[in-house]
Amino acid sequence: MTIQEQWIALLTILRKEIRRFTRIWVQTLLPPVITMSLYFVIFGALIGQRIGQMDGFDYMSFVVPGLIMMSVITNSYSNVVSSFFSAKFHHSIEELLVSPTPNYIILSGYVLGGVARGLTVGFVVSMIAMLFADIPFHSVGVTVAIVALTSVLFALAGFINALFASTFDDISIVPTFVLTPLTYLGGVFYSISLLPEFWQGVSQLNPVLYMVNAFRYGMLGISDIHIGVAFTGVGLVTVALFITALTLLNRGTRLRS
Amino acid sequence: MTKALSISQLHKTYGNGFKALKGIDLSVNEGDFFALLGPNGAGKSTTIGVISSLVSKTEGEVSIFGLSLDTDRVAAKKQLGVVPQEFNFNQFEKVFDIVVNQAGYFGIERSVAMKSAEKYLRQLGLWEKRDNPARMLSGGMKRRLMIARALVHEPKLLILDEPTAGVDIELRRSMWQFLQEINAEGTTIILTTHYLEEAESLCRNVAIIDHGTIVENTSIKALLKTLNRETFILDTREAMTNDPIVEGYELACIDSHSMEVDIEKGQSLNELFAVLSDKGIHVVSMRNKANRLEELFVNLVAGRKSVKEGNEQ
Ligand SMILES: Nc1ncnc2c1ncn2[C@@H]1O[C@H](COP(=O)(O)OP(=O)(O)O)[C@@H](O)[C@H]1O
Ligand SMILES: [Mg+2]
Repeated sequence: MTIQEQWIALLTILRKEIRRFTRIWVQTLLPPVITMSLYFVIFGALIGQRIGQMDGFDYMSFVVPGLIMMSVITNSYSNVVSSFFSAKFHHSIEELLVSPTPNYIILSGYVLGGVARGLTVGFVVSMIAMLFADIPFHSVGVTVAIVALTSVLFALAGFINALFASTFDDISIVPTFVLTPLTYLGGVFYSISLLPEFWQGVSQLNPVLYMVNAFRYGMLGISDIHIGVAFTGVGLVTVALFITALTLLNRGTRLRS
Repeated sequence: MTKALSISQLHKTYGNGFKALKGIDLSVNEGDFFALLGPNGAGKSTTIGVISSLVSKTEGEVSIFGLSLDTDRVAAKKQLGVVPQEFNFNQFEKVFDIVVNQAGYFGIERSVAMKSAEKYLRQLGLWEKRDNPARMLSGGMKRRLMIARALVHEPKLLILDEPTAGVDIELRRSMWQFLQEINAEGTTIILTTHYLEEAESLCRNVAIIDHGTIVENTSIKALLKTLNRETFILDTREAMTNDPIVEGYELACIDSHSMEVDIEKGQSLNELFAVLSDKGIHVVSMRNKANRLEELFVNLVAGRKSVKEGNEQ
C-alpha cells in the first residue's frame, strides 16, 4: 500500500473508533465524568478541608491531577480492550485481516482510538476540576506530553490484553486486579513522602507513580520523583509495548487459526 | 490463459492436530464461474480461509492472478473479495458505514468509497436500509450486505462461501442472477456449496472436495454426464476372447469371464442381454461398480432430502 492509502486506512479505523465511543457515550463518556465529579466533591470539598495541605497545596489541588490521570488511564485502556476484543469476538476484525492494511496501521488506529477517548474524558474532567480547584499550570508542555504518552501506553496495554483474551472475563481481570491497584497506589491520593521508607521504595516500582507525578508537576510544579526519569521510563515502556503488540499481531496470535 | 486462482499442494493441519486439507491442487481461469462442491466438513471453508489470509497454511502455494500470497500478499489481497459463510460484521454499525469502511481499509478515498458503496447497495436492494444498524436486517439482507462489502473495492476475483445457505428460494434466484451479471461483466467467481443444483445452474466448472482432497475437477457438463451413468460388471459363463460388440453399448472385458459396461440412467438392459444371448454369452451375475463420486453424491442428495423433508428417517 502507498503511504496515502495507509493514511486513508488509518483515518478509517480512527473514525470508526471515535464513532463507536461517541455512539455509546452513556457507557463510555458519562460514567467517568460522574465518578470524577463525585471524587472532586468528596475528596476535595468535603474531606479535603480536614486533610489540610499536601506538599504546599490544598488537598483538592493536589488530588485533581491524579484523578484526571486516573480517568485517562482507565478510559484509554478500556476503549481499546473492549473495542478490539469485540471485533475479535464477533469476527468483524476479519474485515481488516482480509484487507491490505498493514498491521502497524491496524495497531495505530486502535491505539489512537483509545487515546481519543482517554483525552476526551481527560479534557472534560479537567474542565470540571477547574470549577473546584485553582490549577496554576506550571508547565503546559509537560502536562500535555505526559498525558498523551500515558494514554498511548495504556491503549497499547489494552490492545495486548484484547489479543490474548478469549472471554469477556479476560478483559476485566487486568483492569480489576492490576490497573486499579496500581493507580490507587500510584500517588493519586497522597504524596509518597508520607509513607515509611520501605513503602516509598516499593512505590517507586509502580509505573503509574511516575506518570501521575509528572502530570502533577506539569499542573502544580511539584513532584515526588525526577521528571526526566518519568519521561524516559514511560517512553521506553511505550516503545516496548508497541513492539510487543506488533509482533503478536504479525504472528497472528489468537487471530488466525 | 491467466489463472485467477492457483493452488498447489495446499495442506492445513489445525492447532488440535486435525488435518483439514491434505494436498489440494486447484486452478481457476480468469472469467470462470467455478463451484467448489463438497459435503459439510470437507474443507471448503478452510480452503477459502487460506486464500483470504484468515487461516494460516501449513504447506503449499496459493496465488491470485499470479500474485503469490507468500511474496505479494498486499497486491494479491487487492484482487480478492470474500463473502464468508458466517456473518462477520459489527451488528451495531450502520449498513452504509460497514461498506464504506471496508473500502477505506483498501486505501480507497472516502468520496470514491461512498459512491462505490452506493452503487453496490443499490444493486443489491439495500440502499433503503443504509442508515439501519446491521442487526436490523433479515438473514438474506445480511448476506447481501456482505456481498456489497466484498465488492466495494472492485475485486477481480469474488469468492462466496455457501452464499445461499439459509436464503429462501425467491431471494436465492435473484442472488444467482446478480452473480451471473457481475460474472458476465468480467468478475471471476468461485462459490462453495453443498447443493449440486446450485453449481449446476450457475457454474461452468467444478471441483469436488471431500475429506480435504480434491476428488474431481471438471466441467459441470462432464460431471453431470458421469453422474448420469452407471457402471456394471457382468460375469459370464462362457469365456470371451475379445470385447463383444453390441450397438448402443460400450463393453470392455476385464478378464475372460467378466466385462464392464456403462449404462445411462434409465436405459433398458433387456436389449443388451438379448444381444449377448444371441452371441452365445450368458450373464450369470451382475453388480454395480463402486464409484467414489457416485457415493459422495448419493450422500449429498440424501443429506439434502432429509433437510428438506424434515425429520423423515
Ligand atoms: N479451527 C479449527 N480447528 C480444528 N478443526 C477445525 C477448525 N476449523 C475447521 N475444522 C475442521 O476442519 C474440517 C473442515 O472444515 P471446513 O473447512 O469448515 O469444512 P466445510 O466448509 O467444507 O464444511 C472439519 O472437520 C472441521 O471440523
Ligand atoms: Mg464451510
